[in-house]
Amino acid sequence: MERIPILKMGDFLIVTIQVDMHDRLVTTLQDDLTSMISSHGSHGVLIDISSLDMVDSFIGRMIGNIAGMSRVLDAETVVVGMRPAVAITLVELGLSLDGVRTALDVEKGMILLRASTRRRLTEEDEDGRDEG
Amino acid sequence: MVVTKDDTMEIRVSDHVVLVRQAVRKWSIELGFSLVDQTKMITAASELARNTLDYGKGGTVRLERVEEGMKKGLRLTFEDQGPGIPDLEKALTDGYTTGRGMGMGLSGSKRLVNEFDIATKVGEGTRVTITRWK
Ligand SMILES: Nc1ncnc2c1ncn2[C@@H]1O[C@H](COP(=O)(O)OP(=O)(O)OP(=O)(O)O)[C@@H](O)[C@H]1O
Ligand SMILES: [Mg+2]
Repeated sequence: MERIPILKMGDFLIVTIQVDMHDRLVTTLQDDLTSMISSHGSHGVLIDISSLDMVDSFIGRMIGNIAGMSRVLDAETVVVGMRPAVAITLVELGLSLDGVRTALDVEKGMILLRASTRRRLTEEDEDGRDEG
Repeated sequence: MVVTKDDTMEIRVSDHVVLVRQAVRKWSIELGFSLVDQTKMITAASELARNTLDYGKGGTVRLERVEEGMKKGLRLTFEDQGPGIPDLEKALTDGYTTGRGMGMGLSGSKRLVNEFDIATKVGEGTRVTITRWK
């Protein structure tokens, strides 16, 4: 069966969306991601859309769903590599990728995820101390 | 308005939506649209093709290269013989959906083009025409 590959990089997972996604591929990707986040205890998901020349409401909804699902599993989502023309069009279309952060490329996305993971871990530490 | 080139494509399965996007990209490039304009037209076409498929139960799209005076543009007409839209005003509102969508397809694609026209009749079907000028 056709699948979108998911790469594991340390604490994070990287998905590169290259093809025109059809419904079944989207469902498979969401299922695969959910099981990988929980089995690896991943803290973040990077979605690389640098090869997409458009994002419509169908893809927008998929990204939103992945972000929501990851959040439930305590992982953050960062979308990387959105082309400028795609970003402009997305705004005019009226799609707001709520709760999804964006970064210029995979490298900057990783920095963003690392920083926020570190922040969260520190906060958890402090919470623990308050209670103790 | 003069039509200098035209073609009609079927929209029956989700793979056809992909083919429509590819055709619109090709025609937009031929017309010399800027990258942003290409992207807007492809995105609008993708939204409308998906509506034709999901709500109109399939249909067709007609691509036309049009000229009016010195202006050149691309006109797309999406047509289906589906259930039609009972409340057009609502359907054109941001966020309104009768399916599982985000309700941004119609209202959003209207913002992405220069001309937007929709004709619909309950029980007979829907026709959406969009034009983007170079
Ligand atoms: N060709 C059509 N035939 C019948 N009804 C339609 C058609 N196109 C749109 N509609 C109706 O108009 C509503 C709004 O369409 P719109 O594309 O804006 O949103 P959506 O398709 O529901 O969600 P999204 O496009 O954001 O995924 C649809 O939910 C549907 O009820
Ligand atoms: Mg739609």
